[in-house]
Amino acid sequence: MADGLIAIGNGRLRRLAPLVLLLLWPVAAWAHIQSGEAGGFVSGLSHPVSGLDHVLAMVAVGLWGAVLGPPAIWMLPVAFPMMMAFGGMLGLASLPLPGVEAGIAVSAIVLGAMVMAEVRPPLWLAVLIVAFFAVFHGHAHGTELQPGQNALLYSLGFVIATGLLHAAGIAVGLIHRWTLGRKLLRIAGALVMVSGFYFLWNAVS
Amino acid sequence: MSLRAVKIGLGAALVILPSLAQAHLVNSGLGPFYDGILHLLLSPADVLGLMAATLLAGLHGARASRLTVIVLPVTWFLAGLAGLALPAMLELPWLSVLSFALLGVLVALNPKLPAEAVALLAGLFGALHGLLNGSALAAIGAGWTSLLGIALAVWVVALLVSAWVVTLQADWARIAVRVAGSWVAAVGILMFGWMLQ
Repeated sequence: MADGLIAIGNGRLRRLAPLVLLLLWPVAAWAHIQSGEAGGFVSGLSHPVSGLDHVLAMVAVGLWGAVLGPPAIWMLPVAFPMMMAFGGMLGLASLPLPGVEAGIAVSAIVLGAMVMAEVRPPLWLAVLIVAFFAVFHGHAHGTELQPGQNALLYSLGFVIATGLLHAAGIAVGLIHRWTLGRKLLRIAGALVMVSGFYFLWNAVS
Repeated sequence: MSLRAVKIGLGAALVILPSLAQAHLVNSGLGPFYDGILHLLLSPADVLGLMAATLLAGLHGARASRLTVIVLPVTWFLAGLAGLALPAMLELPWLSVLSFALLGVLVALNPKLPAEAVALLAGLFGALHGLLNGSALAAIGAGWTSLLGIALAVWVVALLVSAWVVTLQADWARIAVRVAGSWVAAVGILMFGWMLQ
């Protein structure tokens, strides 16, 4: 036992401490959620990752930003959520937007092609392209949101998940600095583009 | 008994300990002051705007942050006292969302503003949300003690966040702050959609 007490100061037990803390952490039980109210924050957080078309396009935004470098690397992920939210607002307001699913598919094609070909348009054009497609993604999400949910927490989770997908794209895109990484990125762009054609086929058929 | 057996026993004992179920999060059980603190921390609209106001102050440097750290909680508290005196609960969802969405846009765009203007914006936000908090507290029979809890929580959050942002030197870190601002703005825009629905 004395050995055990002495061992309290050693690194192994210190590493165990966070695990013990997690085990002890009280689990909050929200016992009075209204009937019909969906999960709020967690629901919003999981919604953008529930569709591969959205995920690929959002990751491609980050990849393209990484290819373009500063300041596009942060302007694209700033523009996308704001314009996506605008599209979501249109959807929630029941304002129609034609060809939403096709627009989402084309976004994967275009963004994938930009990454694949390492296209470097002027910054304003890159932002415009991303912002344009973001409206379609937002509109689709907006019309898919169900009434009765905790709107603000849902929106917060939704936006954070979108931003984290961009961040994942940027993090992966940083391999662009290496020759092999550049080739891998171009392959990734091609895969996103091909997936976009598949989504487009499904959207129009 | 070996040390390994002691560790396993201790771990097993911890695992089977009952977890606390917090069914009424707004009631801290520690009195109205702590209820006020929880009220702020569990009010997403208040927290989002508070974060945006303090991020904006931090981006504009130490002077803007010092002013904001003073102005924001003071206006929040004083407007809250006025709200406590209101005969009915105020509900201004559009204005509430607009206030944090605008602050989010400003953080994202990061225009060069005088320190006084940053503090003024924070003060306006604090006054609006203090008034809303005060009238809400009055409606449930809570008093100035809860409001004091809210204002002090505002002060602590404002102090910590703005001080942290002021110290950020790396470009990517300041850009991350601006991205966070764009997220706040995006949430605001989506909220307009929800309110239109």
